[in-house]
Amino acid sequence: MKEIRVLSPVGMLGYGFPAESFQKGLEKKPHIIAADAGSTDGGPHKLGAGVGIVSKEATKKDLTLILTAGCKNKIPVIIGSAGGSGAEIHLNWTLEIVKKIAKEKNLHFKMALIHAEVEKDYLQKKLAQGKIKPLGPVPELTSKDIEEANRIVAVMGVHSYIKALEMGAEVIIAGRSNDPAMFAALPIKEGYDPGLALHMGKILECGAMASTPGTTSDCMMGYLREDCFIVEPTNPMRKCIPSTVAAHTLYEKSSPLHIIGPEGVVDVNGCKFEQYSERAVKVSGSQLKKSETIHIKLEGASKVAYRTICIAGVRDPIMIKQINECEEHVRKTVATYFNNIPSQNYRLIFHIYGKNGVMGELEPQQEITSHELCLILEVVAKDQGLANTICAFVRSTLMHYSYKGRIATAGNLAFPYAPSDIPTGAVYRFNIHHLVEVDDPDELFSIEMVEV
Amino acid sequence: MTNEVSIIDLVKVIRSKNAGPFELTFDIIFKDKETYQKVKKVKVITKELIAKLYHIPTEKVLHFVEFDPANAIKATIVRPVDSGSVGETDVYGAQQHAPLLDIKIPYQK
Repeated sequence: MKEIRVLSPVGMLGYGFPAESFQKGLEKKPHIIAADAGSTDGGPHKLGAGVGIVSKEATKKDLTLILTAGCKNKIPVIIGSAGGSGAEIHLNWTLEIVKKIAKEKNLHFKMALIHAEVEKDYLQKKLAQGKIKPLGPVPELTSKDIEEANRIVAVMGVHSYIKALEMGAEVIIAGRSNDPAMFAALPIKEGYDPGLALHMGKILECGAMASTPGTTSDCMMGYLREDCFIVEPTNPMRKCIPSTVAAHTLYEKSSPLHIIGPEGVVDVNGCKFEQYSERAVKVSGSQLKKSETIHIKLEGASKVAYRTICIAGVRDPIMIKQINECEEHVRKTVATYFNNIPSQNYRLIFHIYGKNGVMGELEPQQEITSHELCLILEVVAKDQGLANTICAFVRSTLMHYSYKGRIATAGNLAFPYAPSDIPTGAVYRFNIHHLVEVDDPDELFSIEMVEV
Repeated sequence: MTNEVSIIDLVKVIRSKNAGPFELTFDIIFKDKETYQKVKKVKVITKELIAKLYHIPTEKVLHFVEFDPANAIKATIVRPVDSGSVGETDVYGAQQHAPLLDIKIPYQK
């Protein structure tokens, strides 16, 4: 029987996974080990500021296990969306760790680096040619958006991975990638059904999350055959059941019926999820509908402001009842005091936990029922100095405001910290979330071979 | 006999999460096929209900899909603020599901 086996050690490189689970996975003789190292989930800051979401130490720990096993057993290793966001700075960060491990463990391999950061001039040309369109509920892209972006990446599919494998890469460290691509590339290269391969990749990219008890911090094996795939966690304490795998097919996606990527759309509407053995689930019926034109997703982040916050508790029931009025008073006082500063240069945000701190405008419950509130007084402004200045003023104004019926005259806020005000630095936003039409994905993703 | 049953008693999973930085998606996964089919039949969970629970216009509910293979109903809305931008309250969108827990289903035993 024809079969290809893919080992996913962990849902996010650097989250950690049990060495025993990984060993059990290796015993199944995988043809490839692949791990996802990035996501947009943590917000635009990682891409904008060029930082990661996990520590260097944790990444090194996970990668040491993976690279050592890959080299020893001659299994290719793929790390996609390196460093958290997959831009050049993230790729280099990962490369340094890889080199360090190779030196310490005396490992030698042929490595492909696949670059995913996009040149602004290239994008300006594409924009002028009308080849860029919004992805989801975002406005049309402008030339200014491109200029303002601190960093822009393109999201690669299996194409570049297959190319790197054909070039003889034993280890691939790749920039921003469509999550399923790193798991589906080798199977598609070997002629397996791309719809099944990409669907299997979608399940594997989160580690053992599609099992019960589910977690991203454990290993999952995928077995792809000609007409189905089978997934099974390697840790005997977990198992896949049809509902956990079907549920994961929906996870973090806009529509459950389609898994969308550069290769086209995988239609999972007619899928069957069956219990294959005690801890394994068999999936069949996923079909790739290839797109006629190649559209590659772009992600860009730009710096928009600087932030200072102050965390404070309120326990006085007389004040809690009037918290909205207190907020109004502070807003008015700030506007008057700083009337020399244009109002578009700063913004004041009250996060009121106990009222609607978690859901903001989506919160359906209007009445405050809590005996205490947590306030996060947030000021975002054009520069850090201004944010600090306004935040300090907001804090002192609210601390000593004499609201109606006040009998606790010493101060209105309980600060858990001294200093009470915390500058948190630059604030970013995703200012590019678009699709670019290309003739060939190679326009965006270059491959560099390195001997380690 | 028809009773009103809390949705919590009928589901295995109710969750919210980002679907990319600009959309928020809700998954309601029922205990089994039978329960899912019964709920689907009474048509209480609709695009309009989602809009009402989050007091947003129906146009902001981008997708509403019943997904039989997972015994699940899924809805996706436009995020009030794009993930991590100024004004954010929940970067991962993982704690926006609570209003769904109040849904009551007229349910035949």
